Amino acid sequence: MEAARGGGEGAELRLLGTWSSPWVIRVKVALGLKGLSYEYVEEVLASKSDLLLKSNPVHKKVPVLIHGGRAVCESVVILQYVDEVWAGASGTPILPSDPYDRATARFWATYVNDTVATWHEMIQCLRVTCLQFFPSWRALFRSTTDEQRTEAFKNVVPVVDTLERALRECSKGKAFFGGDAVGLVDVALGSHLVWISVVDEVVGVRLLDKARFPALAAWAERFLAVDAVKEVMPDVRKVMEQYKGFLAKWIASAGPS
Amino acid sequence: MSPPVKLIGTFGSPFVHRAEAALRLKGVPYEFIQEDIENKSELLLKHNPIHKKVPVLLHGDQTICESLIIAEYIDETFEGPPLLPSDPYDRATARFWAHFMDQKCGKPLWLSLWTEGELQKGFLKETKENLALLEAQLGGNRFFGGDSAGYLDIALSSLAHWLGVLEEATGVSLMGDECPALRRWAGEYTSNEAVKPCLPSREHLLGYFTANKDKLKLKAMAMLQQ
Repeated sequence: MEAARGGGEGAELRLLGTWSSPWVIRVKVALGLKGLSYEYVEEVLASKSDLLLKSNPVHKKVPVLIHGGRAVCESVVILQYVDEVWAGASGTPILPSDPYDRATARFWATYVNDTVATWHEMIQCLRVTCLQFFPSWRALFRSTTDEQRTEAFKNVVPVVDTLERALRECSKGKAFFGGDAVGLVDVALGSHLVWISVVDEVVGVRLLDKARFPALAAWAERFLAVDAVKEVMPDVRKVMEQYKGFLAKWIASAGPS
Repeated sequence: MSPPVKLIGTFGSPFVHRAEAALRLKGVPYEFIQEDIENKSELLLKHNPIHKKVPVLLHGDQTICESLIIAEYIDETFEGPPLLPSDPYDRATARFWAHFMDQKCGKPLWLSLWTEGELQKGFLKETKENLALLEAQLGGNRFFGGDSAGYLDIALSSLAHWLGVLEEATGVSLMGDECPALRRWAGEYTSNEAVKPCLPSREHLLGYFTANKDKLKLKAMAMLQQ
């Protein structure tokens, strides 16, 4: 059967990604919510494929969704694209139909994007500090954890606090930011839950603390239990291994301790 | 009868302009509420508690923040010429480039104007590369939106109006001979009948940037430390 060229619903779908990237997970979840089948291509970021470089020449990043031969880049742009092309597909829409609710969803998705960088910066800080100051892996890790923990927490807790309130407002007592079903904000934020767990373990904290952020903690469990999410969320232990692997490599490259 | 539309904004902000341009291109009547950014009003703080920034659109009792989100809201809510294309792929393309402007292009562009020496050289190179991408994206079209100005033109409007003023104020050339299409587009955009009335006066902007050169240079250095 010949695949249609261009953006028809029946045209061939391919997703370029890396298995542990939250931004790629976002797209996988969305495609799952729509019941779409696609070819997944695992990229090696240290040696990007010609297809990736050709499809996303501006940023050279994943995820990239290639639909009928045309590339769509940027996870939130992709989510909206998928929602618009497969508007009639199974499952509820990713964005609500009311313009005000859509604006609200976009606002919080943007907020997640702008603040999630902070969480990843914490990981980056750990990484960069590793390279700069190293004696032994443990000692560094402990001291870095203490300084970095206070700093990172100072920046992150108000963000989580804001999201806790946003969840209450957007959900209006229902299960998700999107209401009864998972929506744009759920996907945008929820796709980072694995990395949040990794950082929790590495730094020795619990970001979505049940006592402090009850709505978000409960929401996180519900999100992770959704079929389309379960099917694509990488194993926390595997992500942890990958992260520890990176850290070990950087330590090694920083010279003998 | 649709509830009243109000826009909280300040003079000179390209983000406020985006919201106004969207309203005008769509043909939506609105009241402009001038905000003093040095002394934020209760109204602003109440309606944008998260970011405390302008523009803020008030539609009846609903509040919408973030200039590009406001533009899409206007497009989806009111009757009038469409701001975004109808085809999902074209919409994705418009959103991609608007995002590019804010996430990738904006900061180095600003820094290329207000830093010096080697640092400036780096930002200049990056900015020219970014502008070349936009030049290519525009191609032979009159507007990024095709025959008429739309969402992406609005998103890039600071390049049409503010950039020229900043080049004059700083003596830095960004959109030179390498960007003939962008320069032509800038002329088209700034002379557009719907958009013209909400562009801040060139003289006022030039006056502001010239008078605040030192302050802006210091701010740019501070931005680098972040």
